Amino acid sequence: MASSARPATAPAELDLRSDFPILSREIGGRRLVYLDSASTSQKPQRVLAAMDDYYRMHNANIHRGVYQLAQEADALFEGARERIAAFTGAAAYSTIFTKNVTEAINLVAYSWARTNLTRGDAILVTEMEHHSNLVPWQLAAAATGSALRYLEVDESGELSLEQLDAELARGDVRLVALAHVSNVLGTTNPVGEIVRRAHAAGALVLLDAAQAVPQMPVNVGEIGADFYAWTGHKTLGPTGVGVLHGKAELLERMPPFLGGGDMIEQVGRERSTWKELPWKFEAGTSMIAEVIGLGAAVDYLVELGMDRVREHELGLTTYALAELGSLAGVATFGPADARDRGGVVSFVVDGVHPHDVAELLGRANVCVRASHHCAQPLMAKLGVTSTVRASFGPYNRREDVDALVGAVRGAQKVFA
Amino acid sequence: MDDLYRDFILDHYKRPRNFGELEPHDLDAHEYNPLCGDELGVQIQVADGKIADLRFNGHGCAISQAAASIASEELIGMEVDEAAALDADWMLELLGIDISATRRKCALLSLKVVRHAITGEGSWPVGGGE
Repeated sequence: MASSARPATAPAELDLRSDFPILSREIGGRRLVYLDSASTSQKPQRVLAAMDDYYRMHNANIHRGVYQLAQEADALFEGARERIAAFTGAAAYSTIFTKNVTEAINLVAYSWARTNLTRGDAILVTEMEHHSNLVPWQLAAAATGSALRYLEVDESGELSLEQLDAELARGDVRLVALAHVSNVLGTTNPVGEIVRRAHAAGALVLLDAAQAVPQMPVNVGEIGADFYAWTGHKTLGPTGVGVLHGKAELLERMPPFLGGGDMIEQVGRERSTWKELPWKFEAGTSMIAEVIGLGAAVDYLVELGMDRVREHELGLTTYALAELGSLAGVATFGPADARDRGGVVSFVVDGVHPHDVAELLGRANVCVRASHHCAQPLMAKLGVTSTVRASFGPYNRREDVDALVGAVRGAQKVFA
Repeated sequence: MDDLYRDFILDHYKRPRNFGELEPHDLDAHEYNPLCGDELGVQIQVADGKIADLRFNGHGCAISQAAASIASEELIGMEVDEAAALDADWMLELLGIDISATRRKCALLSLKVVRHAITGEGSWPVGGGE
C-alpha cells in the first residue's frame, strides 16, 4: 500500500541481524522487534568481544604502569581514541571522553560558560532540545546572570534561520546550543549554516549530536562547531562513554571540569598544574573497557560505511512515515520528507494514550518508547504531553516496520 | 481479551465517572506523573468529616484515568481520615489487574493526588508488593 511512497530507486537494505546477538532472542516465542535505538542501540558481537578481550587479556590501569599489560591497555585505549576521533573527522587531542552526552554538555556549561558569561550575555537554545541540552544552560544562565532564549520550532518541525538572524542581531548571544538531529522529530538541523551565522555574530556553537553520529556521516571539522557531543551507547557501543570534541584553542584556555587523579601534571599542597589535552578533562580512572568497546563499534560502522547506514535508515524512515501515515487516526510529527530527518518517527494514535500504545506494542514484542522523550518544552509546543516514538538502527528491516504497523492496528482494535 | 485492558478498565477510561470541576470545594491538589508528564487534579467537598463529593480532572493513560474513575466511586462518602490512609494495596486490589512496575505510578496517581489534597503532601502510596 505504501510502496508507492518509496523512493524510485529503493536503496539496498542492510541485513545485519546476525551480527547482534540480542536480536536472535525470542520472548514468548516471538522475535524481538527493537525500535528504540534513539534511546539506546543494540551492540554487535565484536563490541562485546572487544570489551571481553580487554578484561580477559589486557586489564590494567592506563597512563601509569610500565609493565606489559599496562602498555597494552594504554595502546588499546589511546588507539581507540584515535579511531573514534577519526570517525567524526576530529583530532584525538581535542577528543575528550565523558560519562555521556549530558556530562559532555555539563563540562562546557561549567568550564566554559561559568568562566566566560556574565550579566548581559545570552545563551540561545531551541524548543526541540533534549533536557540534557536545556537544563545545564538553565543552571549556567542562573549562575552567571545571563539570559536564556529559545529559537522556535515551526509546524513542520524545523527552525527558522530568520529568527536565528534576529536573535544574533541583538548582539548579546555568546553561545548557540542545539541538537544536530532532534530525538523526537528527527529534524536534521542545517548545522553548517547555523555555525556560519553564529560565528559571524561572534557566538560559539555547541551541537548535541547524540542522534546524528549513530546514523549519518559526520565531519566535525567541516561542520565547524566549537563543541560537538555524542555518546557511545546510541552508536552501537556500550553505556558509560560519551565523547566531546572541542576546538583545541578553547579547550586549552578552559579550566578543568573535574579535578583528581590522571588529569594533573604536578600536584602541590596549594595548587596543581594540569596535563595537556585531552587528559586535562579526564579526571580519575577512565572508562577503559567502554572506550575500547566504542572503538570496536566505530570500526564496525566504518566498515559498513556511514553513507550506507544513512541510506538504509532513510529507506526505513520513508517506509515508516508512509505506512503509519496510511493508518486512520494516526498522526506523525516532524518534517514530512524523510531526507530532512533522521531515523526516528514520533506519532500519536487517536483515542489511545501513548503509554497504552507502547504497552500493547510491547506485548507484541515491538519495543518503542512512549514518553515526553526528555523534551517537555517541545511536547508543550506540539500540544501533547507525550508521543510514541519508533526509532531505527542499522539492524532494522522493513519487516520491523510492518510489525510496528500491525501492532498499532491491534492497539486501535483494543480501544475501538 | 487482554488482561490489562479489560472491558471495565476501558469503560472507565472512555466514560470516566466524577470527572470535571467541583465548585465550591474545600480541598484540591494537582500532581504529575514524572514518567510521561500526565497530570491529574482533584477537587473535594467535605461534610461531617466525610468526602461529600469529588471530581478529578486532567489527562493520562487508560490505567491512570480508569484508576481515578474507579477510585472516585469508592471515595465519595468515605471518611476523610480513612481516605488519607489508603495504601497502594487498596488501589491495586480495586483495579484487579496485573500492573507492571513501570505502570505502577499510572495506577497510583489518583490516590497520590487525593492524599495531597487531604494532607497537603503528595507522597506515592506504598504497599502492593513493593
